[in-house]
Amino acid sequence: MSKAKPTAWGLGLAVLILFPIIETNPAWTSIGVLTLMFMACTTSWNMFSGYSGYVSLGSAIFFGSGAYTMALVSTHAHMAGGAALFWLIPLAGLVAMVIAVPVGAIALRVRRHTFVVITIALFFVFQLLAINASFTGGAAGIYIPLIPWGASYYNVPFYYVALGMVIFATLLSAAVRRSRFGLQLLAIRDDEDRALGLGVRVTAVKLTGFTMSAFTFGMAGALYCMLQGQIYPQFVFDPTFDITVALMAFLGGFGTLLGPLLGGLILEASQQYLTQSFSNGSLYLILFGVLFLLVILFMPQGIVVAVSQWWNGRAQRRELKATRDPAAVGAHT
Amino acid sequence: MAALLEAKDVSRSFGGVHALAGCSLSVDKGSITGLIGPNGSGKTTMFNVMTGYVKPDKGTVSFDGHDVTNARPDKIFALGIGRTFQLTRIFARISVVENMLVATQRDESWLRGLTRSKSSKSELDAAMEWLDFVGLSRLASMPAGSLSYGQRKLLELAYVLVADPDVILLDEPAGGVNLTLINEISEKILALNKGGKTFLIVEHNMEFVMKICDKVTVMHQGCDLVTGTPAEVRANPAVLDAYLGSSDDEFDEEEDVSA
Amino acid sequence: MNSSALIHAVLDGVLTGSVYALMATGLTLIFGVMNIINIAQGILVILGAYLSYTLSVHFGIDLFVGLIITIPTLFVVGVVVERVFMARLKGPERTSMSILVTYAISLIIEGALNMIYSINIVQLKAWYVDKSFPIFGIYLPYIYLFGFILAVVLLASLYFMLYRTRFGASIRASLADQVAAALVGINVKRVSTICFGLGIAVTAAGGMVYGATNAFNASTSYDLISRLLTIIVLGGMGSLGGALLAAILMVTLGDVVAVVWSPIWSSPTFFFVLVIVLSLRPQGLFGKQSARVA
Repeated sequence: MSKAKPTAWGLGLAVLILFPIIETNPAWTSIGVLTLMFMACTTSWNMFSGYSGYVSLGSAIFFGSGAYTMALVSTHAHMAGGAALFWLIPLAGLVAMVIAVPVGAIALRVRRHTFVVITIALFFVFQLLAINASFTGGAAGIYIPLIPWGASYYNVPFYYVALGMVIFATLLSAAVRRSRFGLQLLAIRDDEDRALGLGVRVTAVKLTGFTMSAFTFGMAGALYCMLQGQIYPQFVFDPTFDITVALMAFLGGFGTLLGPLLGGLILEASQQYLTQSFSNGSLYLILFGVLFLLVILFMPQGIVVAVSQWWNGRAQRRELKATRDPAAVGAHT
Repeated sequence: MAALLEAKDVSRSFGGVHALAGCSLSVDKGSITGLIGPNGSGKTTMFNVMTGYVKPDKGTVSFDGHDVTNARPDKIFALGIGRTFQLTRIFARISVVENMLVATQRDESWLRGLTRSKSSKSELDAAMEWLDFVGLSRLASMPAGSLSYGQRKLLELAYVLVADPDVILLDEPAGGVNLTLINEISEKILALNKGGKTFLIVEHNMEFVMKICDKVTVMHQGCDLVTGTPAEVRANPAVLDAYLGSSDDEFDEEEDVSA
Repeated sequence: MNSSALIHAVLDGVLTGSVYALMATGLTLIFGVMNIINIAQGILVILGAYLSYTLSVHFGIDLFVGLIITIPTLFVVGVVVERVFMARLKGPERTSMSILVTYAISLIIEGALNMIYSINIVQLKAWYVDKSFPIFGIYLPYIYLFGFILAVVLLASLYFMLYRTRFGASIRASLADQVAAALVGINVKRVSTICFGLGIAVTAAGGMVYGATNAFNASTSYDLISRLLTIIVLGGMGSLGGALLAAILMVTLGDVVAVVWSPIWSSPTFFFVLVIVLSLRPQGLFGKQSARVA
């Protein structure tokens, strides 16, 4: 078991690295980029919300801020379209973190149920600002410098940058889980008042976690902006983005390391497939909703926990059978 | 003996109900002080005020020369006051030993937590040592939520102890546990007290209080009624009156924290 | 800007605010009793509006008479949703999961409404929608007045039920403390089911008035739910009186801002006010003071 785990992780990584080499169809590689982007975002979301139990439905604030950072800086600095834009991605992450500090300071003043709703409200504040403020280009959006890459190759650099983000977010999340800070987040999830009474600086810890998780969102937003070549406020400040990320984490396994990665992979890939297969948007909504309901109701703890419980249960049943069978035989004879 | 922890004239009301009305209480260094009184007399509220969970409307709390009247619970814990709750509170979804590790450093800046691992060797040793002390070391890697009620009580005591506080406030340590465990807990308290720990204990089990406490304060309707040795308190007629007279005003005294 | 426009805005705010109060009361009741945040409340209002639309267009039933059918229908929808989905939610992340489940439900309803009614914007029609009456020197369509009366009547009967009946007492007990309510022998499960039904049933009336005073389609529900959530957080989650007051306050403020400044800033005002109030008073206007309580 202890050997199987690193092998499985390595194998998964190898598949992700090889994917755009084997599958060169741009339609598939673009699904690949978006899927990786969501895997990184969900992992980062889980690093705060999954560990602390404070479910944020305002992540699009940071995604959108990152996208606008990319768009505004690249156009105002008259940058040439191309690989140089990738350097703006970490900057976008930092901007998202700076924005996360006041947002978190307001939203984290309340306990978790109200927190959810406040993150939604704050999200709408940002969306409306993006639509109505003058420096964002308003509803017409912004075009960023054109990237002169051929269609067959276009997605590949994005794919590897997105993969880098997934690796970064996963390593960071694993490091947090192992640190004292991560333990404090988990303690807050289980009983915040008790943690406070044991010396945990709950406010500082929560705000730190919230701010840290914003970094990946900012980077993902910038990457998305670059990939699309243009942004509109409604597309980067999108309420369904918030809920999708939360859903992915719950689907895979809230608070686990592997869960958000799996949830992002399965959900984004199937969502893209459904969108392409059903040109009828309404039918797609219904199917997506039904899928979503089934998963939450039948696997409330997520795939990772459900599968590991099933696996352990199977092993136990086997053991039980092995010990019972000779006894049963003995009784008969 | 000098008072290590002292509350003076503390008042606090919740929506018109005077949970505390000018209550004073002092805990001498090295003592085991008992805090008793009928339901609704304000004992738990007093604990909450002393540990920073509830801010008093009036009055002061001091600890070892520091004024801690309006300090936050984490600061008070850092100074060296640990407490348990009447309804035991543990971190259910992390392991027993991780529960211990949450409390190992009682004053550490939050920034430090970011850069260091969950536990150092010495912290882990200390955690295991205290788990051993309460007899839970074999369950160290179990999720704390799977512990029984009595085991949770012991775990809560252990993780308060691991931070090495000077004063330990216990809210009904003998409540809802069986006789064997009560004896075990009282032995542990006495042993710790010999080692220099100071205790303040809220308890309804009179036998338990009379057996282990050096000094007892009786609370009634938010005030301190009598303070003295167990024998003096037992002989005082006002105490009996307080218990008999108040059977009809049992309001829920733990409305604020144990919810 | 002139004074009659301002009067119009304030009147409109108070009259339609009461309708929002009705819808928000349902939402806050569900949260208070069950710790469930019902994201589907917005789309259910739209569902209520479409039901009234069908009844009036295809069967010629008056909008108000139609409520005799739509209110019980949505009550049943609420009961079924509670029994089938909400009752299954357990564990420490119950509230968060309720958001996801009700969001999924709202996606399904949105898809279905889009298929049945198309995405074209419609508005409910009746004589009282077109005809106006004079008040304070301005003219308002009768529907505003009738809608206000309807909301007041329904809110009053809801409050009567809550404060004057035995069943209402058990609901209020569950609002205050679910565990204690269960301990004193209240069937919290049954109370929850009926509360969910009631919380949804009010959307039928809310939806009818909303549909008669606004043009709508299924995606209008996003604006609606974000306003309703803002109202209940501002009023203090689980506080009935808070929802009532916050609704009237916020809708009036939004309308005044639309007149004084620009309609674009009407919705943002909601969120800005929310952020400011919560920075000063995290538990909302009437929320239970529960600092340091899990």
